[in-house]
This record gives sequence, structure tokens and C-alpha cells, in this order.
Amino acid sequence: MSNAIAASALHAPEPIYSGGLKSWLATVDHKRIGIMYGVAAMIYFVVGGVEALIIRAQLAAADGTVVGADTFNQLFTMHGTTMVFLVLMPLSAALFNYMIPLMIGARDVAFPRLNAFSFWTFLFGSILLNLSFFIGSPPDAGWFGYANLTSKQYSPGLGIDFWLLSVQVMGVASIASAVNFTVTILNMRAPGMSIMRMPLFVWMALVVQVLMLLAFPPITVAFIFLLFDRFFGTHFYIPSAGATPILWQHLFWIFGHPEVYILILPSFGVVSEVLPTFSRKPLFGAPFVIFSVADTAFSLATMLIAIPTGVKIFNWIGTLWGGHIHFKTPLYFAVGMVGLFIIGGLSGIMHSSPPVDIQQHDSYFVVAHLHYVFFGGSVFGLFAGIYYWWPKITGRMMGEGLGKLHFWLMLIGMNLTFFPMHFLGLDGMPRRIYTYASDLGWERWNLVATVGAFVIALSILVFFVNALRSLKTGAKATGDPWDAATLEWTMSSPPPEYNFAVVPQVNSARPYWLHKYGPTRTISTRTKAQGTPAQPDHPPERVDLPSPSGWPILAAFGLTLFAGGALVGLPVVLGGAAVLVFAVYRWAFQPLERPGHPSFGPATAEAR
Amino acid sequence: MDAVSRERSRSQDTLLAALLLGLVSCLAVAGCGVQVPAWRTLSPDSDFARLILDVYEDLFWWCAGIFVVVEALLLYALFRYRRREGDSEVPNQVHGFTALEIGWTLLPAAILFFIAIPTVRGVFEINGPPPDPDPLEISVIGHQWWWEFQYPELGFVTANELHVPVGRTAALTLTSADVIHSFWVPELGGKRDLNPGSENRLWFTPSETGVHYGQCAELCGTSHANMRMRVFVDDSASFAAWSASMSAPATADSAGAMTFLISGCAACHSIAGTLAQGKVGPDLTNFGRRATLAAGMLANTPENLSGWLRNPDSVKPRALMPDLNLDEQRIDDLVRFLEGMK
Repeated sequence: MSNAIAASALHAPEPIYSGGLKSWLATVDHKRIGIMYGVAAMIYFVVGGVEALIIRAQLAAADGTVVGADTFNQLFTMHGTTMVFLVLMPLSAALFNYMIPLMIGARDVAFPRLNAFSFWTFLFGSILLNLSFFIGSPPDAGWFGYANLTSKQYSPGLGIDFWLLSVQVMGVASIASAVNFTVTILNMRAPGMSIMRMPLFVWMALVVQVLMLLAFPPITVAFIFLLFDRFFGTHFYIPSAGATPILWQHLFWIFGHPEVYILILPSFGVVSEVLPTFSRKPLFGAPFVIFSVADTAFSLATMLIAIPTGVKIFNWIGTLWGGHIHFKTPLYFAVGMVGLFIIGGLSGIMHSSPPVDIQQHDSYFVVAHLHYVFFGGSVFGLFAGIYYWWPKITGRMMGEGLGKLHFWLMLIGMNLTFFPMHFLGLDGMPRRIYTYASDLGWERWNLVATVGAFVIALSILVFFVNALRSLKTGAKATGDPWDAATLEWTMSSPPPEYNFAVVPQVNSARPYWLHKYGPTRTISTRTKAQGTPAQPDHPPERVDLPSPSGWPILAAFGLTLFAGGALVGLPVVLGGAAVLVFAVYRWAFQPLERPGHPSFGPATAEAR
Repeated sequence: MDAVSRERSRSQDTLLAALLLGLVSCLAVAGCGVQVPAWRTLSPDSDFARLILDVYEDLFWWCAGIFVVVEALLLYALFRYRRREGDSEVPNQVHGFTALEIGWTLLPAAILFFIAIPTVRGVFEINGPPPDPDPLEISVIGHQWWWEFQYPELGFVTANELHVPVGRTAALTLTSADVIHSFWVPELGGKRDLNPGSENRLWFTPSETGVHYGQCAELCGTSHANMRMRVFVDDSASFAAWSASMSAPATADSAGAMTFLISGCAACHSIAGTLAQGKVGPDLTNFGRRATLAAGMLANTPENLSGWLRNPDSVKPRALMPDLNLDEQRIDDLVRFLEGMK
């Protein structure tokens, strides 16, 4: 009798990503949220890329006339802000969202509705930032927004307000998601997955969440000071009133230095998954890599960072060493990341030396350095992750030929664009200049860099062609297309809505590998540990998932209206606050599981 | 595609990867190692720039060495351990080797130690007092978007073109009248910020006579790119002549000076020896002797000057110098007057 009732409450099975717009707006499924983060980040990648192309077109020759001075300053400000907050962080968030629960053996994140709130807050904040284009006043004081150029006196327009309010809103999203993922990773691991058995990607993600919790409060304070200066006439950064604008620089870089690692560590995590899989070996010296990441947090912003970074690079090479390397697209990108990051790391050592830095900082040498780190390091690494997990997420394989074409074009374009910038910096070209005279000898390398930028653009086009072709006609992916070692490969591709039909038991850092290949001479012979087998097709027992909820998106909307309303007037601010309070109140009293919540069990299997 | 040709294409890919990364490394070494004279930060013309370059060269060779070794190891591993034809074997599952880990933790630490020695020495030198006990004191004040140079000992002020004598240390006191700027003349040394409300110090002893290009290196608003300057390193005789002419400027032609006053220029600009004593814009004493105008943007020619007076904003976007809607006759008079001050 009770069985019959239970069965009647169960939903009919649906293809996982089907359902109308409403099912996406109200979703609390970490996989759908991950996909939305990824799609948004890729759209902004194109936006930020187009901004970069206009910048490069303007600088291709001396005395460029493609855009004017104001527009140029707006473009590089938006390019930097977009690539940091709207591309690298959300693209990492996409992979964190989709993969972390799958990699630790969980059915969702710790706070699914907070997760939805984070995404929508990020999305609305990013839209608010880009709305500034449509009212003709994008921010123009650089992504670092040094005081006192950002004061009302020197930046009277709305641009700086758009920038500070939207980045502030997105900061709320980052802090909420950092709390969510810290709790998820610490508390929701499958039985037996001790902290040292966590996949490296999850480790890096954990460090990123902790760094976000450290980095965002100071920048929030910095922004609140600026907000008060601009809206209420305070003098936190106003030198004529006796304050020092250097205060902003200190607060900004207390955020900025950890932020660098927030942007690069996800890519380190991807590479630490991809290299072992395609070498068919465990990560060399995994505990040392983990400690080196933790150490990174302590040697932030010093020359000492070279030590843990060197350790990671040597361990990656050690992973390849003695392996049987399978040259698939994800491996290309992962190796590209290692090779290019070495260059960025070494130029970083150069200006970690203050005497050298006083020549190099604020010059194109630093532009070259940071793009080797963030494009060569982060973007290559994240593309490795996209190619690696694409079959898991979409259920279809990407084209290998197009993938490798994408890689080679991007590698060539990247080096053409950014390597000559070292030369320009050594030749005295400062950053953030919209024009330069023809008699300075800067034209040649600038032209090469511009050509390179368009090669990168072409490579991204190849990626989109590959992705769309894969979605339409790509070969169907098995659950474990790469013969990998971690839990996400034990289930079908794409994973069922409930992720794990049975909660996995984990006895190794490489549970699925142990199951497939058994204990080897070097592992587990003493413990006789069992691996984790592939998941059954249907859950043997009933699985209940949280109900969709519309309150997170409404709360995010209210929050954005609350902040963005400052650009319009007090009534909008108060309206936004009212919406926010109302949505949070309803959210708090809404039960996680309501009648009709997604529920799966053996009965659904029979119904099918 | 059969398995054999697939394997072949794989190893071809590997080879291609090796070649390309090799090419990049050659570029890197060639690019940074070869000194092309025009490369301003690599061709020091002062003791200060020289000591920075010494540290840089030290670091460069360490970095170049590490680069070659590590990239070579990476490429070797890729090539040597590529999966061979028909190979489905599982490689030996090596998890790590602690001695190796200790080794490659200590190795970068040791290299850092060697890098740290010149670095720390350099830090003390670049932040220390000028080596010359009697330097030429100069106050540099940044403005949107031009440079003010005050010579307190010599008692005059000029703009956008700094003159210093060769062989004598110039000690600069840097501050700003509005937002943060940064003083950068690559051949004479590194950059240093000009912060509103506080003072920074920078010194250098020019070793050769010549003209050096410099510009603002900290984003300071719309025309940041147009905040340029020239530094003239003069031999002692020419410096003495220049400073004498600045201290006792030729009497300006009084009709021209009147035009300057009634056109409104004097509200912002000073010319020594006249009633024009405005302090907001650049001092224009001996303007006719300058090589450039509009903060180093244009050669100082009558045509460029009249274009500038006709519409400053079209030359330097958002320039704070207003368009005074001068008629052509007035512009001609002003150009003749300004260019005549030699």
C-alpha cells in the first residue's frame, strides 16, 4: 500500500535538459546552473573578445583612428572587467557547478537554491554592467579603477557608478557561491572520500572558494567607500580633504593578489585531471601538488610563489613521464596551458624583483605577462576542461579534427599577439594608451599583435563550429569515453537528474580506475581495496530531489534593482529592496521538497 | 581511418607541437637576449637605469635557462611517452617519488636565493638617497595632461620639456595636482608615481647628452596617452645657457603680450617678465625655444601651434585648455608672439 502511494508520487522520467524556459528559470539543479554559467561566460567571452579586437585594430598602426580616446578607455576597462568577472570566474563556476557534485559523489550542492541565487545575481549584475553601453556611458577608469580618477570630480559620468554597482552585485554572487561550495566540498563527499582522496580539481576548487572568501570582503569595503564618496560626498579617497588615494590601491590589491589565483587555480585543477587521464597514470606527487596549492595562498604576491609553482609544473611533467600519452584535444590544451604558463610564470619572476618592476610595471611587458597567465594559463586550461567534460555534459563527442585546429590556431594566435608585447614593453610602450606617435618604433610589433588577435578570434570561431556540430550530429558519448579514474565517469553521459543512482563507496583517490584495472603493484595491494563500479541504470531505492523555486531569481532581481536603482533614484532603490526582502522571506519559508518535487525510483524504471 | 594511420598522425602532431614550441623558445631567447639600440629600457643613459638593467640581465639569464630546460623536459616527455601503435597496456602506476619532490622544491628555492641577492641590493639602491650629495633639485607636478617642472634652486618653472645637465644627479620630487600620474623616461630609469597629496622621490645621473622620450605611465583620464614629455640632457655649457635664458627671459614684445592678455590666455598661463601669471596651465616662458607643444604631442611649428589654438580638443581629446573661439588674425598674432619668445 505505502509502495503504491510512493510510486504514484513519482515523476515520469524526462530527458534531462528538456522542459520550457520556466524549468530553467526556476531550476535548482547544479547541472543546469552549470550549463547556464557556461553559456553566459561564452557569450561574454565573445563580447570581451570583440572589445579586444577593436583595441587591437586601433593600435595596429601609429595615430590610429578606429576609435577615439574616450571609447578606447571604455573598451579596455570593459575588456578587463568582462574577462575577469564575466568570463574567467563564471567559466570556472560553470565547471565547479557541473563537476564538483559529480566528482565527490553528491546529488547536488549543499544549498541548491542559494546556488541558483548566485547564478542569477551574477547574470543580472553582468547585464547591469553592460547596460552602460546602451546609455552611452561605459566605465573608463580601468578594471582596477584607481582612486582618485574614479572620484566624482574626475569621472562625473555614470560609467564608474555602473562599474562599481555591478561588480559589487557580482561580488555578492561570488561570496554566496564560495560559501556554498566550501560547505559542499567539506560536507557532501561520498562515504570513504577522505579529503586526501578528493580529485585535484575539487582541491583546487576548494582553495579557490577559500580565496574568494578572503578576497571579496576587502574589495567590497573598497567599493562601499567609493560608493559613499560618489553618492554621499564623503572623502575616503579625496586627497584635497586629506585622504590618500593609495588606500584604494591597498584595498584593491588585498583583493587583486588572491584574485589572480582565483582565476588560475581552476585551470590548474583541470590540467591535474586531464594529464593523468590521457597519460593513463595517477597525478605524480599528488599530495605535493595539493600542498603546493595551499602554500600558494601563503606566498601570495611574493617572489616565493615561484617555488610552489615550480613544484606543480615538475609534477605535471612527472605525470606525463613514463605514461602512454593519448593525444586527444583535451590533452593538447592541457599541455598548451603548461607550456604557456611557464612563460607567464618566468616573466612574473622578472617583475617580482622590484628594481626590474619599476621599468616593467604599467608597460606592455606586464600586458604580455598577464595574458600568458590568464590566456595561456586560464583560458587554455579551461578549454582543456570544456573539451574533457563536454561528452559528460552533452552526451556527445566533439570533433577531434576541429578541436586540434582550434588548438593550433589559438596557440599560434596567442603567441603572435602576446609575445611581441614583451618587446613593446621593453621598448617603453606604456599600457592603456589609445595612440602613439609613429617615430617611436612601436608599429611593427603592434601590427603583429593585431594580426595575432584575429587569429585567436578565428580559433574561437572554430570552437563554436565544433560545439554546434557536436550538439547536432556528434557521436554519442559513452559514460566513460576517456577511460578516466574519477567518479563522474561512473555514470551515463549526460548524467541522470539525480546524478548517482546509488551513493558510491570510495576507497581510493582513483575509485573508478581501481574498479576497472584492479589493485596494481603500487596501489592498494595491502588494503585490498575495492574500486567504485559504474552506476546502475536506475536507482534501486527512491531518490528525492529539491523542488524548483522561483524565489532565488526574484531575490537576485531585487538585489540588482536595489543596487542599480542608485543610478535612477531612491524609489527604485527602495522598490528593489522591497522585492529582495519579499523574495528572501518567501524563499526562507518555502519547503525544499514540495508536492510534485522531482523524485525517482525503481517504479520510474518500470513506467519507462 | 585505420588504426595505423591514426597513430601516424598522432606522432606527427607531437612532432609539430615540438617544433612550434621550439620556435617560440627561440623567439623568446632572440627577443629578450639581443639588444637592439632602440629598446629604451635596455639602453640605459643614466646610473639609475643602468643598475636596473643589471638586475634585469641577471634575472633574464636565469629565466631563459629555466625556460629552455623546463620546456625541453615537457617536449621530451610528450615525444618519448606518446602512446605507440596498438598499445593498450597500462603504464606503471607511479604515484610519486619523494626525493624528487624535495629536489625540485629546493632547486627553485636555490635559484630564488641567487635572484634575491641582486634584487635586494637593487631595492636598497633605487630607494636610497641620490649618490651625489649636491643634486639638482627639481619638482615634478603632474597635471591632466601635462608636466610641470619647477627648479627651486634656479628660480624658474617650465613645462613638458625637462632640461638636466649631464653628469650631475637630478633629484626629482614628484607630486600631482589632480589624479595619479607616473613619471617614466625609460632610458633614464624606472617609473615612479605622482600621487596627489604626497611626495615621491626619484633620482638619476644622466651619463650621455641627448634627448629622451617619456610619458605618463598611470592611467590618468581621457588623454593619458597624450601626456608626453622630452628630457634634454645638456652638456654643462648648454645647460647654463638654457638656465640663464629661463632666469632672464628675453623681453617679450609688448604688443604680443597684450594680445596674449586680452585673449584670455593669461587666465591660465604664466610668461616670466609679463603680466601673464596664470597658474592653472603650463608656464610658457621662452615657448619659442621648445621642440614640442601640447605636452610633447606635436613638433613646435607655427602650423601646429595655430591648429592647437584653433581647437585644442581636436588635438588632445578633453584637453582642459578651452576653445576660445579666436579669429584667424588673433591666432596669427598669438603664434607670432609665442614662437618669437626665444
